[in-house]
Amino acid sequence: MTIHDLPPTQATDTLGDDQALRLRADFPALAQSVNGHPLVYLDSGATSQKPTAVLDAERRYLETTNAAVHRGAHTLAANATELYEDARATVAAFVGVDADEIVWTSNATEGINLVAYAFSNASVGRGGAAAERFRLGVGDEIVVTEAEHHSNLVPWQELAFRTGATLRFVPVDDDGVIRAEAAAEVIGERTRIVTFTHVSNVTGAVSPVAEIVALAHDVGALVVLDACQSAPHLPLDLRALDVDFAVFSGHKMLAPTGIGALYGRSELLNAMPPFLTGGSMITTVTMEESAYLPAPQRFEAGTQRVSQVIALAEAVRYLDAVGMERIAAHEHALGERLLAGLADIPGVRVLGPPDSAGRAGLVAIDVEGVHAHDVGQFLDDRGIAARVGHHCAQPLHRRLGVTASTRASTYLYNTTADVDAFLEGVAGVRSFFGEE
Amino acid sequence: MGSPELASLYQQVILDHSKRKNGFGLLDGAAAESHQLNPTCGDEITLRLHLADDDTIERISWEGAGCSISMASASLLHDVVAGLTREEARDRIALFREMMRSKGAGVEDDEPLGDAAALEGVSRYVARVKCAMLGWVAFEDTLTLSS
Repeated sequence: MTIHDLPPTQATDTLGDDQALRLRADFPALAQSVNGHPLVYLDSGATSQKPTAVLDAERRYLETTNAAVHRGAHTLAANATELYEDARATVAAFVGVDADEIVWTSNATEGINLVAYAFSNASVGRGGAAAERFRLGVGDEIVVTEAEHHSNLVPWQELAFRTGATLRFVPVDDDGVIRAEAAAEVIGERTRIVTFTHVSNVTGAVSPVAEIVALAHDVGALVVLDACQSAPHLPLDLRALDVDFAVFSGHKMLAPTGIGALYGRSELLNAMPPFLTGGSMITTVTMEESAYLPAPQRFEAGTQRVSQVIALAEAVRYLDAVGMERIAAHEHALGERLLAGLADIPGVRVLGPPDSAGRAGLVAIDVEGVHAHDVGQFLDDRGIAARVGHHCAQPLHRRLGVTASTRASTYLYNTTADVDAFLEGVAGVRSFFGEE
Repeated sequence: MGSPELASLYQQVILDHSKRKNGFGLLDGAAAESHQLNPTCGDEITLRLHLADDDTIERISWEGAGCSISMASASLLHDVVAGLTREEARDRIALFREMMRSKGAGVEDDEPLGDAAALEGVSRYVARVKCAMLGWVAFEDTLTLSS
């Protein structure tokens, strides 16, 4: 069974269990037993499993083409370059932007650091007059939110320290949700950058992107969107969202680790000074100084991760063939079932909004009297893979009054049976640990 | 409810200690204090070393928050160390560490660890070894700081 057995996508369609089960056959890692139970994989928010098509694409490239891109005149080099740039166009189209607006990075973290360091380098004068708008100094403000993953917080803290700019944050509400009204209180005339997550990796809440983008653009600030939890799960049109930069990671969307992408509006990328420097990103080099290529090559120094790029493009084709609308609808239904089931289990608190509106298909919980690590261990004993800990979001956990939580996150290959296994497992936790 | 493996990880003595937390509550008059954090899950512990006049270990006192393994381990540590010399204490730490690194094989003689030997099952779960070591690392740190 492959994705090609599926009926054509309709906008209101959902996958449903039958189709999700058929897709599951494409994912070899899901066909195993763990601790004597069939694996129930509910940790796609951390990293997704990979379909055979993606694994095969990477292997095929390495077996038939493998060459350094954008250099060399031989046939393999030309073929590799063509595949590499075709992949860029494929991924760009997947998120609704132009190919030259996509920069390959190792992951979203590197993408955010690239933007932060471009600002940093502009702030010490690099990039000349064209980079004026990226210069930060005392009195300028960088606005983040309390819901951010550490990868969209720590690079901005460091940028503030380096430039003298002030880091401010939009507080979340009692459900841990970013509200436009709260953002309006913080975004002001001094704001230069507004950066926030599209979908929280802890609460699953979808942020009010349009409202926050409008607030930021009204004061001339640039917007960075962390799309790590949206690009794999929702139809995404970055142009329509009108953000200035966005990042996402391949490994969360069926591709291997080591590949991610930064989107930047063409005009901005071409005005920004580079982050990583070296070979392949230059035009002329003398012993004293160098001139740089336009974007995206300007930001792709050194030998590139071509096989991962090829694999990411294949992953995107796979997702497109299934249909992002359908995937989103399917995960939403699973999320609803999770929320409804958890509400019936005594001693379990759901972090984030209590109802499923405006929520992605992931849920983090706190089990009264039992630490998340113990919950995770108990679930693992039943073959259930859930994430435990602070999910790289310590400030949000602190705000919600917990140090750690247990998160179940769904994807296109999960079914209601997976959700029910999780619910049954969670229902048994407190009695096992002597809490009831 | 759980497999035999899970039952051997969470033995009753461990679940009991995770709730009882012997030695919980920081006391004055400490020779040294150490704070340890497990950044992956946020488990943390503050542990104080209390010495007798002859430089033997009178007791430890501690506070912290974390999973049942980390809390039980600190409680069990408390029960093991009273009356030990510094050298004996370091031997116990080394033995406990050896047990934690044994990947389920255990150590030849776990008698000196007392009830803390019940934590042997943790060594089969690599991700949990840090939890069990947390209090012991803090204790080791106070021995160094106070010498």
